[in-house]
Formats: sequence, structure tokens, C-alpha cells
Amino acid sequence: MRFAVAVEVRGLEGISDPQGQTIERALPALGFTGASGVHVGKVVRFELEAADEPAARATAQQMCDRLLANPVIERAEVVVSPAERGE
Amino acid sequence: MSPAVGVVCFPGSNCEHDVVRALASLGASARIVWHGDDDLGDVDAVVLPGGFAHGDYLRPGAIARFSPVMGPLRRFALDGGPVLGICNGFQVLTEAGLLPGALRRNSGLRFVCTTVPCVVGSSSSVLTAATPVGTVLALPVNHGEGSFVCDEATLESLEDNGQVVLRYADNPNGSMGDVAGIANRAGNVVGLMPHPERASSDLIGSSDGIALLGSFLAAASATAPF
Repeated sequence: MRFAVAVEVRGLEGISDPQGQTIERALPALGFTGASGVHVGKVVRFELEAADEPAARATAQQMCDRLLANPVIERAEVVVSPAERGE
Repeated sequence: MSPAVGVVCFPGSNCEHDVVRALASLGASARIVWHGDDDLGDVDAVVLPGGFAHGDYLRPGAIARFSPVMGPLRRFALDGGPVLGICNGFQVLTEAGLLPGALRRNSGLRFVCTTVPCVVGSSSSVLTAATPVGTVLALPVNHGEGSFVCDEATLESLEDNGQVVLRYADNPNGSMGDVAGIANRAGNVVGLMPHPERASSDLIGSSDGIALLGSFLAAASATAPF
């Protein structure tokens, strides 16, 4: 089966996020008051062939551990869903 | 005998020739080693130079750590061989797990390109053996992601074990503990964000890097492990 995988990588709690802080300071200038806790991360999306969803999730998790995220500063969240057909 | 130094070139490295030139001016026999080689050759020391290995894609050093040359480099480092990572090379060494911590986007998001005073924090490394603690060196920095970060316990152990070899006198990037460079526990693997090779002649603004590179070459020449 093919699965659509989205890996969201974000900074660990307590690791400073100067990009998020800068955006948070910029928002009020556009009239968006009340936004707080702005953080910037990244999303890695790909399709993956796997026997079933747990297998796809396990493979994606290994990718996170070895490459997609640096555990010293980041954590990763894996979202797996069936790939859309007819592409 | 002049020590043989391998300077690793990744796709995107851009300081390898500067490093070769600076080391050669100090009497070393320096040559460039391609990242795709799975053999370091007969070298007494290895330098990972600055630049943007593999485009810094994903994270600086994240892809470079899987380059074929990194296998032999790891064995060389674990055997006690002198290894120096400058700027991007420092980032590669942390990603490879040969040095603790990580380098993050500079606080203030500013790419810093200037010469800063750095203070030697420990002489227990191949890079700083010739410079007493407290020595102030004028060294160029040139990076966007040089803010050193690690957990508090790691920083404490780095401090306690004399592994913080270089500190910024005036922190340009938000590094924890003003860390500009660290060593592994044994002192044979060192990473720093400043560029000693760009401070290797008064003609280019500072020669304060010579003491560091000279120490590194002395370690490379020593037959006994450092």
C-alpha cells in the first residue's frame, strides 16, 4: 500500500526560536493582536510504500531518528494517511 | 617531518583551499580529500572546513554526516587522531555525534560576518594546547547558524571537563555559555565557529589563528596519541 506521510519537525521546548519570536513581534504591526507562542518548524512530506499503516509509521519514525530531526534540538511528529489515488 | 593533513571537501564546502593554504604556510603537507572517498589516505590529522556542505539542506551537516568519508573519519577520531571542524565542519561534527550539542540559527536571525575577540577557555585540546587559558584572540566569524545549544547538564559537564576551548568575549550569535568552540572529552576532536585559517596572516587582518593551527599541527606531528 502507498501512504502519504507528513513529518512535522519543530524545536524542543526551551530551545529558542528566533524566527517564531520575530514573526510574533511582526503580527501586531498588521493588526493581529493576541497571537502568542509562535513557533516556526518544517514539514517533510513524501509517499511511502509499506505493508500497512503501522509499518509505514515505523519506517517514518526511523527516518526521523536517523535524518529528518536532530533529537538534540528538535522533535518530530509523524502523520500517516492513505495516499490519494488516481495521480 | 611535516604532518600530512587531509582537508575534506563536501559539495558546497568553500573554505577548503583557505585551510590548505594556511596549513601549508605553517609547514604542513595539506591536501584535499573528496567526501565521496571511503578512505582518508595516510593522514596525521583531518580538517572539516567551512562552507555549506550539501547545501545545508535539512540542517547544516545533516546530510554530510552520511558522506562515505565520515566512516573512516569516525574511526580516525575514535582512535585519537586530531580532527578539527571549522564553522560548517563544527556543524558536521555535532550532527555526526562526534561532538555534543548542536548549532542553531543565530539569535536575532542575523548572519554575522565580522572579527570577534575570543577567549581561550581551556588548553586541554589539540587546538588550544599552545594558548594559555585567558588568551584573547581576534578571529573572524562568518555564519548564520552558529548559536551553540545543548542541555544544561551537557553544558555543565563541558565546563567541568575543560571542553569549552574557546568563548566569545562579546557573544555575536546567542550561543549558550558564550561557547565559540568545544572539544570532545579526549581533546582530540575540536569544533569551532570562528575561522582560524582566515586569521593566519597580518596581511589579512589577524594572525591570531596561527597559534591554534600551530597547536593542531604539533598534535598531528606527535607520534603518541594526544
